[in-house]
Amino acid sequence: MSATAPARTAAVLRPRLLGRSVVNLVVGISVLYTLLPVLWLVLAASKDRDALFGSDVLSLDHFSFAQNLRDLFAMDGGLYTRWYGNSLLYAVLGAGLGALISIACGYAFDKYRFAHKEKLFGLVLAAVMVPQTVLALPLYLMASGTGLVNTFWSVFIPVLFNPFGVYLGRIFSQGYVPNEVLEAARVDGAGELTTYVRVALRMLGPGLVTVFLFQLTAIWNNFFLPMVMLSDQDLYPVSLGLYTWNSAATVSPEYYPVVIMGSLLAVLPLILAFALLQRFWKSGLTAGAVK
Amino acid sequence: MTSPVTTPASAPVSVPAAAPAPTTSPRTARKSARRRELGAAGALMTPFFILLVTVFLIPVVTAVWLSFFSDDQPGLGFGPERTVFVGLRSYTAVLTDPTFLSGLGTVVLYCVIYIPLMVVGALALALLLDSGVVRLRSWAQLGLFLPHAVPGIIAAVIWLYLYTPGLSPVVDLLGKADITVNFLGVHTVVPSIVNIALWSNLGYNMVVFYAALQAVPREVIEASVVDGAGPVRTALQIKTPLVRSSVVMVAMFTLIFALQLFTEPMLLSQSTPMISSRFSPSMYIYDAAFTRNNYGLAAAASVVLLVCTIALSYGVTRWTNRSDAAEEDAR
Repeated sequence: MSATAPARTAAVLRPRLLGRSVVNLVVGISVLYTLLPVLWLVLAASKDRDALFGSDVLSLDHFSFAQNLRDLFAMDGGLYTRWYGNSLLYAVLGAGLGALISIACGYAFDKYRFAHKEKLFGLVLAAVMVPQTVLALPLYLMASGTGLVNTFWSVFIPVLFNPFGVYLGRIFSQGYVPNEVLEAARVDGAGELTTYVRVALRMLGPGLVTVFLFQLTAIWNNFFLPMVMLSDQDLYPVSLGLYTWNSAATVSPEYYPVVIMGSLLAVLPLILAFALLQRFWKSGLTAGAVK
Repeated sequence: MTSPVTTPASAPVSVPAAAPAPTTSPRTARKSARRRELGAAGALMTPFFILLVTVFLIPVVTAVWLSFFSDDQPGLGFGPERTVFVGLRSYTAVLTDPTFLSGLGTVVLYCVIYIPLMVVGALALALLLDSGVVRLRSWAQLGLFLPHAVPGIIAAVIWLYLYTPGLSPVVDLLGKADITVNFLGVHTVVPSIVNIALWSNLGYNMVVFYAALQAVPREVIEASVVDGAGPVRTALQIKTPLVRSSVVMVAMFTLIFALQLFTEPMLLSQSTPMISSRFSPSMYIYDAAFTRNNYGLAAAASVVLLVCTIALSYGVTRWTNRSDAAEEDAR
């Protein structure tokens, strides 16, 4: 009975041929909707300006991928390389440190008892809701008061704050770190922090990677905060840099191919990160979704 | 903000006390264990709570404070600026400013179009993928998810170019079929922005729903099939109610981010006069703070936006809780 049940379910659930092709058609069209703009970006990046303005991205003429690449890195004295490096620094360092901070806090929320715990956790959840734009002006005033405005730190410190990471950290800690393991470590006489670093953090690995990826995406996407804080182009992340070049393009069209090529390259790190760390973030999504 | 957690950060780390000495009574041992735990909790939570206070609590309080004050220029612009208490004057100014109200209206329109499309679209795709008849399922998922890896500003760049006549193959193609669409016209600009956001986030939310659907126990679905429910009914009446909590979560996050609408219109505003510098509340705040240097006005607008966000999120939670309770009663 139990062996045949799934097979029978599948047989009954399988819709007729018509239904099946409609389903595939709908999914196929949706995939085209998400993929074609990316494909356009790839094709447009490999064309020179004439082809671009002739809406002629599909033909094989006017191929100038290498030339566009050289133009990109030569534009405005190689500013793009600088921006790319800045973005990597903000995003990789910020997400790494931020994930460690959030996970540690989420773990403490799960494993320890203390006064007003749920009230504090409510505060953390409330912080998820507050719009970036609300915090931007006060942060700017604080940064200019302490002389940090227009420095690396004015962008780097605020992005470390990730309340949603604490929420995920608590869920992961519930799911991945059994209390018995901690008890065993205590009986062995290990200190609380040693246990966290040597035992718990290892079990929290997939959760850590998930929070890291979420934060990496958020920081790589970050646009509002750098725009408020930075006036020195040398400190810009890619997002803000491309924004300024795009506004330059409305006046001087030679920026268009550069913006397109720059956009293509700026997409790569996240695709790479998602592809390499796939099995971690998938489990992370489940944890976040099911709760 | 004096939280009990941030205090005892000095305790632990000193470890190998080995087996507790036989002389200490169990009670003192328990007490010191408790103290060690509190110390560890403090140490683990302190970094986060320092951030919480400096980049969240202080700014929120500052925003509220700023909204009640104004920098008054003394006559002729000479002498030091004085910060004076102006009560609700900034709020009156914001709430009677037609540009702010039209910004709010724009965001409401944007939410009304965007959120249902997003939730229904992502859920429908997840249900279709979960139905088991889709070919190349993991490839389809990967393709749908790809835009999530494209930063918002770049998604806006791509679509801006796809909306621009002369640059866009889409406009070109439509033109050949004698259809002229101005994607950045008066009535099309909000749907065009919805499209950008939908494109960016559809796949991500689909994956969230799909993950939740995978967690639905197979026995439940088998039971519904035994009861004679077809695949469509199974999807709509059995699976969908079981992933309710994910639907609420996705709707909440979509709402919170939709209310902050900034990046896409900011980029599009470079190319179309249809988007003013105060198109959405967030753009209004930016404009007030950094173009007009009117901090009181910007802060008041921020607080209004914050209150709207909290009220709407609270409304969504209350509403879903109530319909949860109603469902319980019906059973």
